[in-house]
Amino acid sequence: MSHSVELQGVGMRFGATRAVGDVSFTVNGGEFFSILGPSGCGKTTILRMIAGFLQPTEGRILIGGKDMQGLGPNQRPTAMIFQSLALFPLMTVWENIAFGLEARGASKAERRKKADELLSLIALEGYGDRMPGELSGGQRQRVAIARALAVEPQVLLLDEPLSALDLKLRQHMRAELRSLQRRTGVTFIYITHDQSEALAMSDRIAVMSAGVLQQVGTPRELYDNPATPFVATFVGETNAIAGKVTDVADGVASVDTVLGLLRGRMARSVKAGDQVKLYVRPEALSGSIGENRVSATIDRIDFEGAFGLAHGRLSDGAALVASIPSTDLANAPAIGAATSFGFETRHAVVLPDG
Amino acid sequence: MASLYQRFGGGLATIFIALVVLWLAGMVLAPNLMMVDYALRPNLPPAQIGGPNDVYSLDNILYLANESVHRSIFFKTIWASALVAFITFLVCYPIAFWLAQRATMGQAAVAILALTIPFWINEVLRTLAWYIILAFRGPLNALLLNIGVIDAPVRWNGDGGVLAGMVYAYILFMLFPIYNSIESLEKSQIEAARDLGASTWRIHWRVVMPHAKAGIATGCVFTFMLAAGSYVAPALLGAPGSRWFTEIIYNWFFEGGDWNRGAAYALVLLVLCLFVVLATLKIARVNLTDVAK
Repeated sequence: MSHSVELQGVGMRFGATRAVGDVSFTVNGGEFFSILGPSGCGKTTILRMIAGFLQPTEGRILIGGKDMQGLGPNQRPTAMIFQSLALFPLMTVWENIAFGLEARGASKAERRKKADELLSLIALEGYGDRMPGELSGGQRQRVAIARALAVEPQVLLLDEPLSALDLKLRQHMRAELRSLQRRTGVTFIYITHDQSEALAMSDRIAVMSAGVLQQVGTPRELYDNPATPFVATFVGETNAIAGKVTDVADGVASVDTVLGLLRGRMARSVKAGDQVKLYVRPEALSGSIGENRVSATIDRIDFEGAFGLAHGRLSDGAALVASIPSTDLANAPAIGAATSFGFETRHAVVLPDG
Repeated sequence: MASLYQRFGGGLATIFIALVVLWLAGMVLAPNLMMVDYALRPNLPPAQIGGPNDVYSLDNILYLANESVHRSIFFKTIWASALVAFITFLVCYPIAFWLAQRATMGQAAVAILALTIPFWINEVLRTLAWYIILAFRGPLNALLLNIGVIDAPVRWNGDGGVLAGMVYAYILFMLFPIYNSIESLEKSQIEAARDLGASTWRIHWRVVMPHAKAGIATGCVFTFMLAAGSYVAPALLGAPGSRWFTEIIYNWFFEGGDWNRGAAYALVLLVLCLFVVLATLKIARVNLTDVAK
C-alpha cells in the first residue's frame, strides 16, 4: 500500500498575503485524490508544499506518517508532474525517463532497462531514442508520467497536466491516468480547476476557494450534499433560490421564497428565521412531477446532444436552468410561454446564505 | 534585402546598403587586405619599394616560426587567453545563474547597475585602478599583511596581475550572453530535476549548462578574442616575464620600425584566433549566427 498524505492545519503566507489558511485533510494510500478550485485558490501552493518546493508557514505535512518539515523535494517520496511537463528538451526520451535513476547513480544498462520497462507501461515502446520535441502532446504527457514513476514514488503529484491538451485527447488521457493509477497503486494527488475532470477521475475531492478548504468528499457527496454555497455552485450547475426558513422538521427545511413556500433537505443545520438559499440541480427540475413547483418563462433551449438546457427566468426575474433529456425535448415547453417546473424535496439542498 | 526596400523605399534603402558596403569595404576588408599585403612583403627602404627586391614571400612568417622567444610568447598568449576565458566563465556563471533564475527584479537591477557602472570609465583607467590595487605597497598587500595571510608583500604584477585585470575587464562580455541564455530556461526544468533527486551539480551539468550552451560558447569566444588581442592589461599589469604577443607586434611597428614583420605577426594571431573560435563553436555545436544574436 502506498503512503498516505496528511495535512494538519497547513497554512502558507507570502509576506502579508495568506495564500492558504488552516487546511487539514488526509489522502489515503493508493487513492486518486483531487484538489479542485478556481485559479488562485491556493491549490498549486498546497501541491508545492507537499512536494517540498515550499515549506508551510503553519501546520504540518505527513507523508506515510512521517513529518516532512524541512525536507526538500529530493528527500521526499513524492514525484511531481508539472503543468508544462518540464521534459528536458535536450535529452532523449529514455534519458528523460531515466534521469531520476541517473541522479541516484544507476548504471547505464540499468537505466536503459528501467526506461524500456516504463516505455512499455505507457505504450511507447521504441520511442526511447527520440527527442521530446518529436512527440505529440499526449505522448509527451505519458513520458512525463513515466519519468515521475521511474523513481518509484509513493505519491505522484500532478499539477493540471492535461490543461494543454485538446478535449478528445484530454478525455482519453483521463481514462489512461485513472487506469495507470489503478495498476501502479501509487497515491495520486491531482490538481485541477475543471470540475468535470475531478468528478470523473477521483476517488475523493477536496474543494478549495480563496485559500480555504471548503469540503472533502467523494464526487457523489460533493454533488449531492454540498457543504457550502461555494461547493454547491462550483461543482456542477445549479439554481439558487433565496428565502427565509419558516420551519424545520426531519432534516427538511421549509423556505419562504418570493416564488412561494419551497422545501429542501438541510445539508447543514438551519433554524427558523435563517436567511438561506435553496439549491436545485438542472436535472432535478421537471415539467411534470415534483412536490415543489415554481413558475418560469423559457427564453431559449440550447441543444447539447444528450440533453437540452432550457434557460429561463423565474417569476421574480432570477435565471433558471433546467436540463431536459433529448428524448423528451419534443414535449418541451414553448419558448416565451409561461410554464412551471417541479422538483422533489430530496433533490433540493438548503444551505445558510453567505 | 527586398524587405528593406519594401520598408524604407528605394532611396533610403539604397543609402543604407551603400553605407553598410562602404563600412565593410573601408573598415574591415581593406585594412585586412592591406595587412596581408604588408605581411607578405619584405621591409625595404623607401627607395627600393616597387623595385626588384619587393617580391611576395613568407619570410616574415617564417621569422616568427624560427624565433623561439616570440614563438613561445605566441603560444603562451593563446593558452593564457583560454585560461582568461575559463576563469571569467567560472566567475560569471554563478552570477549569471543567480541573476537569471533567483534574483528578484529589484536585486537584478541593482546588481546589473553595479556591474555596469565601472564600464562607464575608460579601459585604461580601469586597468590603472588594478595597477594601484596590486602595487607592491598597494592596498591588497596591505590588507593581506594586516590579516596575516602573507608575511611579506607579494609582487602581483606579472601573470597573476594580467589575469586579474583581464578577467575583470571582460566580465560583462561573458556575463550577458550566459545570463540571456539561462534566463530563457523554464524554472520548472530545474524544479523537475531537483524533484527527481538530482544534486545541484547535476542540475547544472545536465540541465542548465546544456540549455545555456550557446551563451557559454559565445561568452568564451568573445573573452578569448578580447584577451588574445588585449594590449592595455599586459602593458600595465605585466612584468617582463609575462609579455603578451600584442606587445611584440607593437614593438615591431613602433620600435623596430618593421611594419611588414608586425603585420605578419598580427596575421598569424588573427588566423589562429579564428581557428580556435571556429573549433570551439564546432565542439559546442553552435552556429556563428547564434553568436551574432
